[in-house]
Amino acid sequence: MRHLMSPMDFSVEELDELMDLAENIENDPKKYAHVCDGKKLATCFYEPSTRTRLSFEAAMLNLGGSVLGFSSADSSSAAKGESVSDTIRVISGYADICAMRHPKEGAPLVASSKSLIPVINAGDGGHQHPTQTLTDLYTIRSLYGNIGNLTIGLCGDLKFGRTVHSLINALIRYENINFVLISPDELRVPSYIREDVLRENNAHFKEVERLEDALPELDILYMTRVQRERFFNEEDYVRMKDYYILSKEKMELAKKNMMVLHPLPRVNEISVEVDNDPRAAYFDQARKGVYIRMALIMTLLDLVG
Amino acid sequence: MLNISGIHEGYVLDHIKAGMSMKIYDYLKLGELEGCTTAIIMNARSNKMGAKDIIKIECPIDAIDIDILGFIDHKITVNIIEHDEIVAKKVLSLPKEVHNVIKCKNPRCISSIEQELEQIFFLADEKKEIYRCKYCEEKYRGK
Repeated sequence: MRHLMSPMDFSVEELDELMDLAENIENDPKKYAHVCDGKKLATCFYEPSTRTRLSFEAAMLNLGGSVLGFSSADSSSAAKGESVSDTIRVISGYADICAMRHPKEGAPLVASSKSLIPVINAGDGGHQHPTQTLTDLYTIRSLYGNIGNLTIGLCGDLKFGRTVHSLINALIRYENINFVLISPDELRVPSYIREDVLRENNAHFKEVERLEDALPELDILYMTRVQRERFFNEEDYVRMKDYYILSKEKMELAKKNMMVLHPLPRVNEISVEVDNDPRAAYFDQARKGVYIRMALIMTLLDLVG
Repeated sequence: MLNISGIHEGYVLDHIKAGMSMKIYDYLKLGELEGCTTAIIMNARSNKMGAKDIIKIECPIDAIDIDILGFIDHKITVNIIEHDEIVAKKVLSLPKEVHNVIKCKNPRCISSIEQELEQIFFLADEKKEIYRCKYCEEKYRGK
């Protein structure tokens, strides 16, 4: 039995197979509409989430399965003090597969060690969110045909953003990826990402402060939110915040085929006027998240082939 | 010069960094060993190190898990004593995993709330001697 805790749990070849399957599902969803008939997905969400939970539920429903679960710790036995280990033992008797989100880092790993059913980490604190990374990779592959020979700009909060760290870790395994890390000094990638991941793997990367400076060379711009509370003082925040708002004017600096991604939710870092630009791929990215989760559920339930 | 007699069976841990012996005493849980005698020599003169600590433990060979010393300081010399003589010198290496010796200090880690969960750290980088929590991957900073 296999679980998914981190995007690195899958080799590049296995990721390719997973993305091939997602693509097949996307192209012919009817063919897969009953693959999970009679199977149940438990969504154990100890903290609120809109897109991830609904995306998992949509994925299972699209496969013909059904879903059960809870969407906050208050409405679960955790409120009574039950451990994650006990909860998953019980849930193993109710469902065939479980997607777990938990505010504590490593909780899904603890669950997987006691579980009789596959467990998917649907986000554990600031640690991992592997299905977001799978979604990002699948979106990039869908847009460009493969993952490689790309200049990818990661913009915004690169210090605390787990999706960015996870994506860098996953992308360095592909050929000829150039990273342009766009952030204020306060929110640069942590040193372990710069030293242990990028330098250690001889990745091509550079760090810049202004989005405008980076835009002309990018094939993909991956936006994240810069939050006011991350700055040490208001003055710096006011000085920097507009640098990281993607507007229609800034989009004019970008290549005609540069695609914009965002893990969502967006607040104000991408102007609404950009949504109509054909290069805005973030809503399509969220839609593709359902297909990669369908492929993942099928793979972990051993229903492929 | 202080003299402490030899031991019949047990361990002599030599070349301990000066000041580290009490920490090792705790890690090895020597205070909990029944019927065993422990001598701690602190700040002994050493040509190699300047000053060093030494621990002599009179105990059955299988009474303590000496591998954990590799995590604390793999440069410690471990002499195994049987019948009043050194019968072997154990070469220490960094253990791949460390169980229930150190605790994760990340308040966001599941190990901070989950009942009776083993505290497990794995060797993430042998060259840099970095251990990370198995659950949250936070780096252990106590070394």
